[in-house]
Amino acid sequence: MRAYWALLRGQARSQTSYRLSFAIDFVSNVWATVLDVFTVFVLFGVTRSLGGLDLREALVVTGMSACAFATGDMLVGNIERITLYVRTGRFDAVLVRPLRALPQLVLLDLPLHKLSRAAFGTTVYLVALGAADVAWTPSRVLLAVVAPVGGVVFFGAVFVITASVAFWWTESGEFGNAFTYGGRDFTSYPISVYSGWFRNAFAYGLGFAFVSYYPALALLGKPDPIGLPGWVGWLAPLVALPATAAAALIWRAGLRRYTSTGS
Amino acid sequence: MMTVIAAHGLRKEFTVRVKVGWLRRDRRTVAAVDGVDLAIERGEMVGYIGPNGAGKSTTLKMLTGVLTPTAGQISVCGFSPVRQRTRLARRIGVVFGQRSQLWWDLPLRESFDLLRHIYRVPPAEHAVRLRRCRSLLDLDEFLDTPVRQLSLGQRMRGELTAALLHGPEVLFLDEPTIGLDVVSKQAVRGFLAELGATGDVTLMLTTHDLADIEKLCRRLLVIDHGRVVHDGTIEALHARYGSRRRVVVELESPEAPPEVPGATLTVVSPLRFEYDLTGATAGELLVRLAGLPIRDVSIVEPDIEDVVARLYTGVPVTDAP
Repeated sequence: MRAYWALLRGQARSQTSYRLSFAIDFVSNVWATVLDVFTVFVLFGVTRSLGGLDLREALVVTGMSACAFATGDMLVGNIERITLYVRTGRFDAVLVRPLRALPQLVLLDLPLHKLSRAAFGTTVYLVALGAADVAWTPSRVLLAVVAPVGGVVFFGAVFVITASVAFWWTESGEFGNAFTYGGRDFTSYPISVYSGWFRNAFAYGLGFAFVSYYPALALLGKPDPIGLPGWVGWLAPLVALPATAAAALIWRAGLRRYTSTGS
Repeated sequence: MMTVIAAHGLRKEFTVRVKVGWLRRDRRTVAAVDGVDLAIERGEMVGYIGPNGAGKSTTLKMLTGVLTPTAGQISVCGFSPVRQRTRLARRIGVVFGQRSQLWWDLPLRESFDLLRHIYRVPPAEHAVRLRRCRSLLDLDEFLDTPVRQLSLGQRMRGELTAALLHGPEVLFLDEPTIGLDVVSKQAVRGFLAELGATGDVTLMLTTHDLADIEKLCRRLLVIDHGRVVHDGTIEALHARYGSRRRVVVELESPEAPPEVPGATLTVVSPLRFEYDLTGATAGELLVRLAGLPIRDVSIVEPDIEDVVARLYTGVPVTDAP
């Protein structure tokens, strides 16, 4: 554990050695999430209800998604830099150290400036919870805490899976973003606004519905217009488990396939 | 004696895509390493050489657990490199010339400190090893400089130190002197020679600079097209590929050189001729030359570069006499 802490320390020292650029990144990172929330307000300028939820209720979904995504992105998101490591062969240097490859990659470039965004996402979530009429019970309090944590793990797994593609397809480019940033956009709104195969694929096939929508319904005590039973929301955070298992399997298979570069 | 590095039937295939038409691409399997057997004992210093693309780096990457072999068995320090990668990593040091272990934006000193935590080295041991490297590699003048500002030679000395601070039993060096100036090369070689002299560290290095090998390695492994084509001393390589010691004779006044059995005569000028020793010793030859008005005699050792160049270009070479 101390060894990983040393990696984090090295990264913190490296990043803060460029003070101005760190400060600019720190502040500018909030904007992405501000815009996400702003979009929800704009939508409610033209409609009073979105997928059966009013503005304050919809903000719980958006806030939970923002909190989970921003935190997951900060902690694991930079794994997408693996394409760079694989393409340049710098991954070799990672593999000759007595530490596991995945935590090393995550900690070696942990984007500390994204802390601001995670904090903002969490604030939006807390404010939305306060503004919405939640009939608080001990189990709802527990769900309010567990659901975003499950979301962080879920998004982390999505980042690892999409990044692992680099082992097979070195120039994977923007492919992964469809699922990571696409997933964030999908989970920002009640899934009842989507329809057809697209909704089924993203919501149930890939599990994004269980990140923010169903837990929010359970918190708000609302029925699902699509027709799933009420207990789904309470179990939704468990979707992080199969996602993590899939991520671990794909990552390991990728490592075995790593072919390095000539030198 | 203890075998530290053992490999049997080691093979690594890569798939390459070859353009065959406007759009069509064929997948072709290429064996970068094609059935390599190795047995390296504790304390040996082994030079691993071969032309570009012969499979040197690929072998090293398989021995260090970076790449998974397509076939074959490996044991390094008793570990299976890929399966027990992190445990093996504590016991070996690796310098891949182009892949830095240092933190680009931090002073060298801080990289060393971080590595102490990563390898969980007791502070006292770490301090002793660092002090030794500092004096042998002259690190002091740039210890507080961020790595990104170091010259290549300085960085390489930093990399070597970084690879040694956890006291590895085996050191793998991939082109440790590539791109270095003469002074840095000598510093690195001198340091490695000293390290090898202790007999505790096993060293395996790839290089294109044959001076590295001549200064450091008693044993030479030559690899070509993924196969080991020579395993032995430099002398054995010369014997096998027919390189000869040469005796160059200069005279005071013109005189006909005698024919000597076991030596091939080449007349360069009336005052200068050369014998390639094909069986006779230098001593025997000199006895036969005793009556000549000799001004100077020099014995030229065979040049390993010639032998290796012949190996690399694939010119068939005569087998051992």
